[in-house]
Amino acid sequence: MSSTLPFVHQVPKNACVSEQIPFVEYLHLAPTPHLVAHQCTSCGARFFDRRNACASCFGTSFADADIATEGFVRSFTIVSFAAPGIPVPFVSAIIECDGTSVRGNLTNVTADPEHVSLGMKVRLTTYVVGADDAGTEAVNFAFEPVS
Amino acid sequence: MSSGDVWILGINMTKFGKHTDKDTVDLAAQAAMAALADGGVTMADMGVLAAGCLMGGGGIAQMIQKQIGQTGIPAYNVSNACATGATALRVVYMSIKSGECDFGLAVGVEKLSGVGLLSGGNRKDDGKTWNRFGRYGAVASTDGRIGTDTMPGVFAQVGMEYAHKYGGADFKLFAQISEKNHAHSTLNPLAAYQKRFTLDEIMNDMMIAYPNTRAMCSANCDGGAAAVLVSDAKLKTLSLEQQRRAVKISASVLTSDPYEEACQVLPDVNTLTRSAAAQAYAKAGIGPEDLDLVELHDCFATAELVHYDNLGLCKPGEAADFFKSGATWRDGSTPVNVSGGLESKGHPIAATGIANVWEVCHHLRGEAGDRQIQGAKVGLAHVIGLGSACGIHILEKSGL
Ligand SMILES: [Zn+2]
Repeated sequence: MSSTLPFVHQVPKNACVSEQIPFVEYLHLAPTPHLVAHQCTSCGARFFDRRNACASCFGTSFADADIATEGFVRSFTIVSFAAPGIPVPFVSAIIECDGTSVRGNLTNVTADPEHVSLGMKVRLTTYVVGADDAGTEAVNFAFEPVS
Repeated sequence: MSSGDVWILGINMTKFGKHTDKDTVDLAAQAAMAALADGGVTMADMGVLAAGCLMGGGGIAQMIQKQIGQTGIPAYNVSNACATGATALRVVYMSIKSGECDFGLAVGVEKLSGVGLLSGGNRKDDGKTWNRFGRYGAVASTDGRIGTDTMPGVFAQVGMEYAHKYGGADFKLFAQISEKNHAHSTLNPLAAYQKRFTLDEIMNDMMIAYPNTRAMCSANCDGGAAAVLVSDAKLKTLSLEQQRRAVKISASVLTSDPYEEACQVLPDVNTLTRSAAAQAYAKAGIGPEDLDLVELHDCFATAELVHYDNLGLCKPGEAADFFKSGATWRDGSTPVNVSGGLESKGHPIAATGIANVWEVCHHLRGEAGDRQIQGAKVGLAHVIGLGSACGIHILEKSGL
């Protein structure tokens, strides 16, 4: 698959460009942000974490597979009570990206049932979670409505 | 000649709610002693003990023995999420089935009063520089940043996925399911909450994870439940009264989730329940249409809907219409959660998988008082532990 999305998270003008790292290892920021799964070379099952053998066919050979960056909302919830430090309400969703199910937050949409709907088309985007003391920024992914 | 069947001889659940003056061992011992008394036996008769207390650390089985009788029998400590109680019951069932013993005791207990939201990883983001941890190599907790780990949120997504697939289900319908269970609870003196709510009250209650409001979530509370099981051969040597009140375990099934494409991002509570139900109906020689009552795992209102379908109570994809027909109210064709369900009876995790069997037994014995389902002969008890484990027991009234 290929992604034509721009690298959307913002770096302030005139600031020296800080180093950026992905929030999770299965998010790749270059050349454009996308998710990468470990795909079983026998049956094609995809896993975002490491497996010793495929949970589906028990094969032991895996190769990296790029996940489509566009998809649709197959399920969602709007979470009003969350762990400390998590702004609420936020939308948690299950996105179907060209046959692969992905879990993520929805962003750039009002978190209420009037603005989020089952089946709505979304695409991957990224944002800066924060920077550590060394100035390294952690970049996370989310999905936004395709307007 | 013994049929090889296994029976429930005695069973008990404590009042669910807040027990400030009792710890988990007290509650477990109370339920166990009452179950033994209900069956007319003592610890001296027991050949096996299986017990679970999910949040309370290990060794609950031995702690129970020290509290009510140490006889040197094998003691199993079981832990299987919300299916812990059902798993304890099944361990005892299998021990008797294997011929190792004639009697066994299963116990589940939990203290959850005052425990807030149950969620997944709540790791604090400390550290001065980003450090990767966990299986996704995350630099901070993913809960809330890459979807939700909170139980109300996970099960909201389970229900919404069904709504997306089949239509017909919305916020109001999920709230109506909760309305039913709270209405049922008014007849159950052992329920943690016995308050009837209007649909408006439920929909306007505090939103936890849309479409689940607080009233649509299982109630964290304290409670214990215990069951004494007996072999068919031994039961025949007991009194006529014991034989008459004994309830046959027509099927005891435990499943885990087979691989499904999306199960790594949203636990699949459907496939393993459908599989457990199919196995249970086949073993019992009973179909869903034969069930006089069902206690199913309504940890959230959104979960109850999908299990109508998973348990085959309705045609595939027709759970919303099935509910709208009134079928699952206590005067309907398939009463579901006449105890009030986890939303009002409460959900002391490890006790739940025995307490739902107690509810069914209570009706089959004709001892359910005001909430008795008249003439009940067959019932089904279902639990799901996320991760996942599904326990189903089909129970039948004694023919005597
Ligand atoms: Zn495979």
